[in-house]
Amino acid sequence: MKIAFTTKEPTWDSMMEARFGRAEYVVLYDEESGDITIHNNADIAAQEHGAGPKMAQAMADLKADVIITGNGPGENAHAVLSKMGTTIFVGAGEISVSDAYKAYQENRLEKF
Amino acid sequence: MKIAIASGKGGTGKTTLSTNLAMFLGERERVVLVDLDVEEPNSNLFLNGEFLKKEDKMKMIPQWESSTCTHCNHCVEICNFHALIAIANEILVFPNLCHSCYACSELCPTNSLPMEAQKMGELSHFRTQQIDFVEGRLNIGEEQAVSLISQTKKYVEKYFSDDTLKLYDSPPGTSCPVIESIKDADFVILVTEPTPFGLHDLTLAVETTRALKKNFGVVINRYGMGNDDVLSYCEKEAIPVLAKIPHSIEAAKLYSQGKLIYKEIETFKDEMQSIALYLKQFSKERA
Repeated sequence: MKIAFTTKEPTWDSMMEARFGRAEYVVLYDEESGDITIHNNADIAAQEHGAGPKMAQAMADLKADVIITGNGPGENAHAVLSKMGTTIFVGAGEISVSDAYKAYQENRLEKF
Repeated sequence: MKIAIASGKGGTGKTTLSTNLAMFLGERERVVLVDLDVEEPNSNLFLNGEFLKKEDKMKMIPQWESSTCTHCNHCVEICNFHALIAIANEILVFPNLCHSCYACSELCPTNSLPMEAQKMGELSHFRTQQIDFVEGRLNIGEEQAVSLISQTKKYVEKYFSDDTLKLYDSPPGTSCPVIESIKDADFVILVTEPTPFGLHDLTLAVETTRALKKNFGVVINRYGMGNDDVLSYCEKEAIPVLAKIPHSIEAAKLYSQGKLIYKEIETFKDEMQSIALYLKQFSKERA
């Protein structure tokens, strides 16, 4: 499984970012290979529209199977993600990435 | 002459001023009032005009042709508004994010994104005994107001002669729809109220209007409530104050009944007269 986390910093030790489209980074963890990939979304701060679809596009490009985030995507992004069949877990906005992963493994996160 | 009636803050009295001023001026000259607050047009509540005609207004949206698309994703890269998304073997179009700029359609190497018309709203034309009235009305759920505002203005410019006084009731705020509403006005009236919130948003509206290099003046509505900071600000910035419309329960009651205020309250009518004189002087100096 490739798991994408919306984060504040480009590291595994980062805190999670509750917002989906306007998260500055995505930390992608590949469970099979153990690889961690960082996607930089920081330029979204300068853009007024379409943050959700832009992030959904990034998730498609990263080929994320699972997304772990805080508040969950908006209507536009959700339309894309459901078409791709991505599983989304929410409610992990205020904890660290590693705690969010633990919570996911222990099935403690809410499915969006 | 084209006069836009705008404000930073919502609820300061744009529509009250627009409808009353239009009907007041319409007693002595040809006037068309245009409601460009297309997301919630409400001027007609006070006019009860006779319906003349209605036109559907369209926007152009790309439609994806799966048979010819080579999935180069060039369209996704060039769209400034993230209105196109590429997933697996599909391009998704988000009509609400699309600004109808044609970039994806024109630059697609295989012409797989032809533009097609979609209804975005309606334009209606009414007539009262004193004035003509035109409104744009955006469909519910539609997000892009600018194109409808632009099309409504085009209709007015085509339909009415140059010597018709055109009053544009603009949306609140200082974003794209407001810019579109005031960008070709000869004069902008900024309506505000004498409160800290009114002053804060007035300063934003003044900055916007100055950036567009427009002649403008301020009308203070509900004068007598709040404080004198708006007045001091206008003095300091050398902004003409066209009228101070007194704060009055009676005016609020008439408004809530959908009635024109200048016909019932003499002081209100005097303020309309002051604005009319100012505009007349402005028009003379301009000519």
